Amino acid sequence: MRNTIVSIIAILLGLIAGGLLMLAIGSNPIEGYNYLLQGALINIERIGNTLATATPLIFTGLAVAFAFRTGLFNIGAAGQMLAGGLAATAIALTFEFSRPVMLILMILGGLLAGALFALIPGILKARFNVHEVVSTIMMNWIAYWSVYYIVPGYFKGPSLETESQKLPDEYTLRAPFLSDMFDGSYINYGIFLGIIAVIIIAFIIDKTTLGFELKAVGFNRHAAEYAGMRVNRNIILSMLISGALAGLGGVALYTGNASSMQIGLLPSQGYDGIAVALLGANNPIGVFFAAILFGILYSGTGFMNAMTEIPPELANTIIAIIIYFAATSVLIHRIIDKVKRSKANRPEHKKGEA
Amino acid sequence: MSYVVEMFNIRKEFPGIVANDNISLSLKKGEIHALLGENGAGKSTLMGVLFGMYQPERGIIKVREKEVRITNPNVANQLGIGMVHQHFKLVENFTVTENIILGSEPLKGLVLDIDKAAKRIEELSKHYGLNVDPYAKIEDISVGMQQRVEIMKMLYREAEVLIFDEPTAVLTPAEIDELMKIMRNLIKEGKSIIIITHKLKEIKAVADRCTVIRRGKSIGTVNVAEASEESLAEMMVGRHVNFKVDKKESTPGDTVLKIDSVSAKNNRKVMALKDFSLEVRRGEIVGIAGVDGNGQSELVEAITGLRKVESGNILINGEDITNAPIRHRIEKGIGHIPEDRHKRGLVLDYRLDSNMVLEVYNKRPFAKNGLLNFGEIRAYAENIFKNFDVRSGEGGASLARTLSGGNQQKAIIGREIELDPDLLIAVQPTRGLDVGSIEYIHKRLIEHRDKGKAVLLVSLELDEVLKLSDRIAIINNGELVGIVQASETNENEVGLMMAGISKERSV
Ligand SMILES: Nc1ncnc2c1ncn2[C@@H]1O[C@H](COP(=O)(O)OP(=O)(O)OP(=O)(O)O)[C@@H](O)[C@H]1O
Ligand SMILES: [Mg+2]
Repeated sequence: MRNTIVSIIAILLGLIAGGLLMLAIGSNPIEGYNYLLQGALINIERIGNTLATATPLIFTGLAVAFAFRTGLFNIGAAGQMLAGGLAATAIALTFEFSRPVMLILMILGGLLAGALFALIPGILKARFNVHEVVSTIMMNWIAYWSVYYIVPGYFKGPSLETESQKLPDEYTLRAPFLSDMFDGSYINYGIFLGIIAVIIIAFIIDKTTLGFELKAVGFNRHAAEYAGMRVNRNIILSMLISGALAGLGGVALYTGNASSMQIGLLPSQGYDGIAVALLGANNPIGVFFAAILFGILYSGTGFMNAMTEIPPELANTIIAIIIYFAATSVLIHRIIDKVKRSKANRPEHKKGEA
Repeated sequence: MSYVVEMFNIRKEFPGIVANDNISLSLKKGEIHALLGENGAGKSTLMGVLFGMYQPERGIIKVREKEVRITNPNVANQLGIGMVHQHFKLVENFTVTENIILGSEPLKGLVLDIDKAAKRIEELSKHYGLNVDPYAKIEDISVGMQQRVEIMKMLYREAEVLIFDEPTAVLTPAEIDELMKIMRNLIKEGKSIIIITHKLKEIKAVADRCTVIRRGKSIGTVNVAEASEESLAEMMVGRHVNFKVDKKESTPGDTVLKIDSVSAKNNRKVMALKDFSLEVRRGEIVGIAGVDGNGQSELVEAITGLRKVESGNILINGEDITNAPIRHRIEKGIGHIPEDRHKRGLVLDYRLDSNMVLEVYNKRPFAKNGLLNFGEIRAYAENIFKNFDVRSGEGGASLARTLSGGNQQKAIIGREIELDPDLLIAVQPTRGLDVGSIEYIHKRLIEHRDKGKAVLLVSLELDEVLKLSDRIAIINNGELVGIVQASETNENEVGLMMAGISKERSV
């Protein structure tokens, strides 16, 4: 409850600051935000696109949040996405199955590849106490260069050296009925996978013995050890699940929103996942809404930029400011406290002054 | 008469509880004022209000006769108020000097002038007889020395009013004597002190006046010279407290714990437990007596599985568990009240009821097929709270962090006794408890013994070891000096053995 309020205040402060920036460059902030919202939500197609934009962020946000609950900082979501996307793409371009079987294989493949890329930092942390921040960043580059060599080497597209072949439509997460429903938007099954993931992760964290253990390790590993929990196993397990989530994010991005992979790019959704987790207070439901918000900001900027003089970088700036306020939420907590207290004290003060 | 601090009718509420209800306290210049009260009475909260960590809902604070609003600890510092918290707030890998100047760094132009600070610390240290080395790293110095660094921090900031929250709970008996001396020195230099402690002996030894609170309400302030330990205890608990322990002769049965020439290293990789052998049987309490840091922690950790054993064997009910995982040991019947309740004993950010099933959350009826059953967990926890008088604002829903120190301790003890372990290892079980709770916990430990279970008691308080134990094993420098029957020994003999003089030699 309180975290929700803090996040909302952070968002409002970010929007206000963004508005001030618009003023500073001589634009009308009300007009700017109006176009931003229109760009993201004005018709059913744009709503679909916004949801699709948010989908990978749901996964990476969940990935970061889940690891964080166990006291781990997984900043390798980008690499895990690449691994997941590459695995799914490779499966789709190599084999032939009926559509349902293929989709399930792609999803499983992406999930496993993401998990594998997080497993290595997990083991390094558990066995040799290598900090996961260092090792997950390294894994990002391993994924980056793997794509760099594997895509042109084995799955090269017909025209471009830097892109994989396009997946056949029936081997992507696209669904004609969804596109129709959303007036031709590129929304796809990914959003359903995202919602299912949110529910499953929330369930694991709150209702299961596994969640109980993972959180205990995250809060106080010494006490967890004392109580007989296997700390190292939990660290590895947590990274595994986190990586699997990010891997699914890769599947959603590269075989849902897009239908091919490019080389030489770390997906920005990886790092954005940190911000989404932060704003969502590491809570799965919170992550979901934070991801939707980011989706709105990202997909609305184009329209805002087309209709006004405001540069598209402004959306990134607003996001950065929101993150900044969310990260320094201690300050907001303090302000809430102060407001509460002055309310509680007010009647007395009057008496004192009278 | 001049007062340096006056607090009038302070009220502070937390969710579900009024921690301070109309409490007043005044501190004379140059006095040592004790603050006494049961666990959860609201002592730490009251001092938190004075130090600016909490804002009271009502009440007035005057410092040197001027009304003030202490909105945060910086304001308190500026007003000359300093506080040593029960859990120190030092940076482990910083030096003493760096820790002390943190937040008020002296500058030479734009650069930090560490040498000047170190010099000043050295002077202060000499002046007050604190004996701290400004260049030592925090992680390398003892707990007693760390506390002096905290005291130095206050002096460096020129605090006139010094607050100590249970400073002696973490100290060895020798360190306590030292601290008392330091406090008297401070008073001589014109400082004024408020000290929270549950040890009536200490109040009698250093305090001039004593304010007693009970369940958030003021009971009164007395001159310590005119009060006895018994009368103070009665004032605080509201009933007569029995300082003696009644217990029957023990009737030991089968061996539960067998330690067979076990050796283990400490954190610095030095052998800290050497060829140690001991047996604990059903129906007896075996006490471990020794000066702090002579291998007690390593012994306990070797038995519970928190530390690797280098050589030797440990058996529980005949089963070799030397290398068994911790969970297996718990299932075999080892209960453990840990030395450090914040590090090991609790997940502070978990609700209290979750903490009550920390070892058994995955067993029926608390879980089935990997799903938690919160109803069962809550009911189980409630039962512990009732039996052990654990008080918190919102019962099981309170975060463990928000409980008073003594209530946290009672919750842990309750959890471990409720597991009904064949072997209960109790390390400093009554650390931070009020006299009423100590009486009760002692009774429960003896009851556990009388149920035919084994108890291994580790305590730095010789008093407690002598009172509760049936047999006493004395440890020195990681070796067993000897084992004596509690009924046939006394403080002097055990004291000598603790210094490493074995019985045979001394006789
Ligand atoms: N931050 C907090 N949030 C909620 N409740 C709190 C908080 N701090 C203290 N309390 C509650 O206020 C009451 C008084 O706590 P306090 O720590 O002042 O007790 P105490 O007298 O210092 O006890 P002890 O001797 O055990 O240390 C307790 O019931 C405790 O649960
Ligand atoms: Mg306290």
